[in-house]
Amino acid sequence: MASLKDLRIRITSVQSTKKITSAMKMVAASKLRRAQEAAEQARPYAQRMEGMLGNLAAGAVGQDGAPALLSGTGKDDSHLVVVMTANRGLCGGFNTNIIRSARQMIRDLQAQGKSFKIFTVGSKCRDNMKREYADYMVGHFDEFGRTGSSFAEAEHIGQAVTAMFDAGDFDVCTLIYANFVSAMTQNVTRQQVIPFPVPEVDEGDDAATGGGYEYEPSDTEILTDLLPRNLAIQIFRALLENGASEQGARMSAMDSATRNAGDMIDSLKMTYNRTRQAQITTELIEIISGAEAI
Amino acid sequence: MADTLQLDLVSPAKLLMSESVGMVVVPGIEGYFGVLPDHMPLLSTLRPGVVSVHDGVTDAPSKQFFVDGGFAEVNPDGCTLLVDEAIAVEDLTADNIAERQSAAEERMQSAENDIERAAAERALLVAEEMTRAMTEAAA
Repeated sequence: MASLKDLRIRITSVQSTKKITSAMKMVAASKLRRAQEAAEQARPYAQRMEGMLGNLAAGAVGQDGAPALLSGTGKDDSHLVVVMTANRGLCGGFNTNIIRSARQMIRDLQAQGKSFKIFTVGSKCRDNMKREYADYMVGHFDEFGRTGSSFAEAEHIGQAVTAMFDAGDFDVCTLIYANFVSAMTQNVTRQQVIPFPVPEVDEGDDAATGGGYEYEPSDTEILTDLLPRNLAIQIFRALLENGASEQGARMSAMDSATRNAGDMIDSLKMTYNRTRQAQITTELIEIISGAEAI
Repeated sequence: MADTLQLDLVSPAKLLMSESVGMVVVPGIEGYFGVLPDHMPLLSTLRPGVVSVHDGVTDAPSKQFFVDGGFAEVNPDGCTLLVDEAIAVEDLTADNIAERQSAAEERMQSAENDIERAAAERALLVAEEMTRAMTEAAA
């Protein structure tokens, strides 16, 4: 059995662990509030952008000279998978879930005989993926600030992706990130961004096919402007959703860690007191039997 | 005919405005244009300039925003402006603009290729338009 001193050391160490996890939980909670706000404020723009582009694309798709970002290269032989995780761990299953989904997708692609490349965002997924897929990794980005992502960072990633697309490195681009639902729930999402997924529309519905619009300067010019921008916006949104999800996951992970530490301290204290009591009893018996012997 | 239209002004960072207005004047790439209720469907890119919101009651614009570019979509339901950055005109300050101007000039100096140069040129144009918007607002 562990000695009293060992138990005391154990208890102190678990207590300080508990202090750390509960502080991390508090920090995550306040960061979560900010990240959630940012994610929610970015949603309207991304949604309206998608709507606008949907209207425009429905009219332009299939036409000659439609930009490649919209119509694709006509193949889907090679894929670019943009995996987005956090820079830091200690946030429950957040990073693991995203990476698992990415691996699943890569295995599916391999099974279909398609080639693929990986672009990693956040150092956790780079470290994890490079063991297996080092040869396929074409780019990495993890310089987002601790306070959250800025649009310039999303643009930077967008430009890197567009440059690779223009160079003909891939046909289809998919983002993998965690969509923020609540502090307890984050859904790992795969979102195709290149070519732009044109929403299904009813034939003959004039307003929906973009036929009713007038363009200034012209529809192709607007499209060539709008498409790279949309890419950056979708990446920005993914970054923000991911940021909020990370803090949410960390908060709930740290919450249960704090609770577990509390439980552990309780049971350790119980053992400590029992051992102490047993020791006192033994000492008393020794003294009494010593006195009787005299 | 409805006498108001729904105006949504959104930047990547947030939804700046979403309300019913009487008229909005937008800096289109080929010149300013006004949008009244039941305007014909239109898609346009924007140049740096001032978006004026009129409530339809008074003549003077009720709100003015400086935008540095983006897109406008007009449909029978209303008008959606997707902008990169929007600042209320009364919040523009000379210091702020001077700072942008010097940052843009610096970028111009250090630009290594055409893409960077074009970006710097755009930033300069934005600063110029800001100055104009501020002096017009003050006048």
